[in-house]
Amino acid sequence: MTDLTMVLLVVSISLLASSGVLGLFLGRRSATGQRWAALLMLAGAGLGLWIAFRHLLRGDSGTLDLPWFLPWGSFRLKADALASFFLVPVFLIPALGSIYGLGYWNSSERPGSARALQFYYGILAASMAIVVLAGSSVLFLIAWEVMALSAYFLATADATDPPACKAGWMYLIGAHIGAVFLIALFSLMYRSTGSFAFEAIAPAALLPGVATILFVLALIGLGLKIGLMPLHLFLPGAPATGPSHVSSLLSGVVYKVGIYALIRVTGILPVPPAWWGGLLLFAGATSAILGVTFALAQNDLKRTLAYSSFENIGIISMGLGLALLGRTFAHADWIVLGLGGALFHSWNHALLKPLLFLAAGIVERAVGTTETNKLGGLAKSLPMTATLFIIGSAAICGLPPLNGFASEFLIYLGLFRTAGLTGNGGAGTWPLATMAVPCLALAGTLAVACFVNLSGSLFLGQSRQLLPTKSFQAPSASMTAPMIAMAALCVVLGLAPGAVLPLLDRAIAVWNPTTSSLGPSLSSLVPAAWISAAGAAIAGLIALTTVLYLRIVRRRTVGIAGTWDCGYARPSARMEYTASSFGHSLRELFRWALWPRVHRPQIAGPFAKPSHFKSYVQDPVLDRVTLPGAQLLGRAFAWLRLLQQGHLQVYVLYFFAIVVLLLIWGRSMR
Amino acid sequence: MSSLIDPILVAVLLLNIFALGNSRLPSVIRVVGAQGGLLGVLPLLVHQHFGILPLGVSFLTVALKGVVIPFMLLRAMREAQIRREVEPSVGFLPSMILGAFSIGFSVLLAQELPMTKAHLGLLLVPASLSTVLVGFIMLTTRHKAISQVVGYLILENGIFIFGMLLVEAMPLMVELGVLLDLFVGIFVITIIVNHINEAFSSLDTRKLSALKE
Amino acid sequence: MTNLAVHLVLLLLMPPLLLGVINRTKAFFGGRRGPPLLQPYFDLARLMRKGLVLSHTTTLIFRAAPLVSLVAILFAGLLMPMGPFDAPISFPGDLVFFAYLFGLARFVTTIAALDTGSSFEGMGAAREVTFACLSEPALFFALLLLAKLSGSLVLSDMLHSPLHAQWTILGPSLVLVAVGLFIIVLAENCRIPVDDPNTHLELTMIHEVMVLDHSGPLLGIILYGAALKLFVLGAFLLHIVAPVQTGRVWLDWGLFAAELLGLSIVIGVVESAMARLQMRHVPTLLVASILFCGFGYFLLVR
Repeated sequence: MTDLTMVLLVVSISLLASSGVLGLFLGRRSATGQRWAALLMLAGAGLGLWIAFRHLLRGDSGTLDLPWFLPWGSFRLKADALASFFLVPVFLIPALGSIYGLGYWNSSERPGSARALQFYYGILAASMAIVVLAGSSVLFLIAWEVMALSAYFLATADATDPPACKAGWMYLIGAHIGAVFLIALFSLMYRSTGSFAFEAIAPAALLPGVATILFVLALIGLGLKIGLMPLHLFLPGAPATGPSHVSSLLSGVVYKVGIYALIRVTGILPVPPAWWGGLLLFAGATSAILGVTFALAQNDLKRTLAYSSFENIGIISMGLGLALLGRTFAHADWIVLGLGGALFHSWNHALLKPLLFLAAGIVERAVGTTETNKLGGLAKSLPMTATLFIIGSAAICGLPPLNGFASEFLIYLGLFRTAGLTGNGGAGTWPLATMAVPCLALAGTLAVACFVNLSGSLFLGQSRQLLPTKSFQAPSASMTAPMIAMAALCVVLGLAPGAVLPLLDRAIAVWNPTTSSLGPSLSSLVPAAWISAAGAAIAGLIALTTVLYLRIVRRRTVGIAGTWDCGYARPSARMEYTASSFGHSLRELFRWALWPRVHRPQIAGPFAKPSHFKSYVQDPVLDRVTLPGAQLLGRAFAWLRLLQQGHLQVYVLYFFAIVVLLLIWGRSMR
Repeated sequence: MSSLIDPILVAVLLLNIFALGNSRLPSVIRVVGAQGGLLGVLPLLVHQHFGILPLGVSFLTVALKGVVIPFMLLRAMREAQIRREVEPSVGFLPSMILGAFSIGFSVLLAQELPMTKAHLGLLLVPASLSTVLVGFIMLTTRHKAISQVVGYLILENGIFIFGMLLVEAMPLMVELGVLLDLFVGIFVITIIVNHINEAFSSLDTRKLSALKE
Repeated sequence: MTNLAVHLVLLLLMPPLLLGVINRTKAFFGGRRGPPLLQPYFDLARLMRKGLVLSHTTTLIFRAAPLVSLVAILFAGLLMPMGPFDAPISFPGDLVFFAYLFGLARFVTTIAALDTGSSFEGMGAAREVTFACLSEPALFFALLLLAKLSGSLVLSDMLHSPLHAQWTILGPSLVLVAVGLFIIVLAENCRIPVDDPNTHLELTMIHEVMVLDHSGPLLGIILYGAALKLFVLGAFLLHIVAPVQTGRVWLDWGLFAAELLGLSIVIGVVESAMARLQMRHVPTLLVASILFCGFGYFLLVR
């Protein structure tokens, strides 16, 4: 029976991979290819989701092991509860994204790139599924590379967009640097255990200190892929400049695949020392606070959304760090709450970030710009998009009764317990971990600031510049339907988190098999019924007060006037508070981390020339440290250019010289 | 009685933070005076017996640190006609946060130091270390001479607190020694402050760099 | 059952009285007679009778925000135990729910402020979210302290653990947290020294300006919500500063109500004695409250 499910999974993955192939053979402007691609993606995703939920609900796992042509390992797929958990967003979001692409990047508007985009979309989805299912590290690395390459091709789909090409190139560089670390990690694991499979490593198999090296390699290699600050430097560019449904995948789902890999690797390593969990907790807290601070400092809509992903990745890392601490101190409740919160938040973020990016894509397509200081007042022309964006913003800030709160609640519960509440039992508490609680609170309020800023400056108020009404394109049904589906899932997950808790328990049991049968289940630790009841009560109370209010107002006169402008004679839309002004005080408070660049106007003499003021925040790790450092290195090693003579004879001479040196060295060794 | 030591030390630490965050010089001087007054009572509580000599030394400390020295500083401030500190090289808010971190750092450091059993759990050692650090912060980051003098006073308070550990071994030496040191230091400093003011007509110590070659 | 009824009655009916007491105290310090104690009730009734004026820039969000904010704070009031009695709704982890409900109220209020498209409201909203960032960590430090002291994550248990018995040992910790929480109460309810509830000048306003465009019943709902917030946060502070436990039901309720009125008088005195801080010094005050609460917690776990 399990073999059949694995075969069906392989079928669904092939459906995803081949979804774009048909379109390659049809004409450039034909819509049939895109529609077939969306259909095949939906079919593959539906089949895959059914199998994944089947595994999750039953708690069993399936394996597929086929020999292949490479001398290392085998084609081994393993679908246990943890992998099935991550398969759900991997299948769902690309399917919804391809429906969105029907309207957003359709072949009639963009004949040059639509077919290639559709093809690589399917490849990306399929490779992500194989990464999650991979049971052998060689297969993992191959699928990882395919994932990185297809992400690159997707990000640079529009060849006429120089910033997108540069950002995609950065992404690829980052992916390959991370891949180097991952290759080192898996080679070291192979040397220690003798197999390529992802099985739990016995502590005796590792030499002393090797476990630490493995952990550090995994942290750096995967941190570069998921955006754990300060390793985030290569990541924000591609989601900020590419097509929106691609950004939603890059910023929503690919990060989750990286998180899955980190969870898997930390799961197979033996019991960790305390500093592993502490380091993850610290890195997560830093990432959460600084990620959203950087998001506040950006002037571009999609860049803001790209940076705010790092906040959520930070929260997920905090949950994982807490789980590692639980393994160190043998506290089953920390493990369950920490990892449960991390996994749940992965699902939530994989729903929310694509929702926000798809809405950003609609805005971009409607008005042609994504500069937040120039937008405004779009709620009147894009009411559905505005509503969905605001729901998504409220959810990503972690506000009740939506799903962001439910997952952060789990992590809070776990972190509070590290204070060593009486009646908790078990030796060893780590009060230092409770310092993460105010950090999480700070990240939450900063996120509120960031998303209120974003929603307000995009959709509310008046529009700050005369937007071209000719090219205003209202979103089609294919673009709003996926967003409605995602928003509905957010509301459902927020109001009924109890439904997800058993699934989380099974996934955690895979990660922590030793104490899972004895440890508490999530349902006993988390008052899910109360959360659902409270959420429903809040919704009900809002409905009740609305009814009461409408009855009060029914017979009142309602006058319409302009906004109070303090009696100013000629108010204009330019007087509104812009996005930059809104975030100004917070940017000043965090100036020590942001290092903003300010170009002040040069005013000299009594008849000064016109000048301007400009301030922006670049990425400090990339633009202020890495790029100047790389340029410095380039200049320092310029002397190596002497070796590049350009004459063929000189290169042959080099070969000759090395052969002679090797001969001498061989003789001296004997 | 000994349970009063902890609240006094907590009050001293809070006064440190307050002195770091405040830009108005009269307030800062009064804060340091209050801190000195509180610390004058400390030897009595640590020593635990109330003979005529400890009472006298306590009274002298409170009078000197709490009344006389702030009075001298306020007079110097009035003659120089300044009332506010300029924005220091580390801003007021960051110095407050730095002061808070110094308290945490001192607690961690105090756990590593080799101390006798009796002294291990006390708040005395972390309080003195962090007061010394806060004094250093004020000395190095403030620009006006009077603020730097206040930093020096806080530094001396920190050393005084540390001296409380030796109270059983050398009962009065510590307090009297610190007091003498302090009094002479302040005396000399107020004279110098006046000279600086006359030479540069400002108390901004950055102008002293004009004296180098 | 009677406790639930009294809880609801106090929660729904008492908050405007607190505002009346504060105004009367401030008038007393100003040498005036001041408005009647029940004036806020008359104001609310009058506002409910009036018509609305809406700006054509606003959308549905502007009208929905006061309602959502009121519901959020009302629910927070249902989570907050009063006196020695348990709250009507309590479950493990409700302390986090409590804090995030205030976040929800802040989210909708600031979004509604941006909906008007006016620079005044935008300014108020920007300041509100900035200062909220600095007061939330302090609140969570206080919650951590209470959780550690009581060993439970239920607000009713946390606030009812015998804190007054531990004042001699924990004195400094609790004093620090109480001072920090008092600063947060002042900041969240827009009292002097953080904000001036009386003026609408650009220099001074944070909360008053966010509601500049609301009128009629909407303004009434917002005023009532602000009074509710003062009530709930005041009740939270009172548990730490002056917990009551006499054993007689009606005496306890009466003492609790009297303590709340006393807290309002204290707030009125603080407002009359201090001037509003310069806007650029408010972050310093809020960071000081974070340091107080953090230091108090730190002393506990040292």
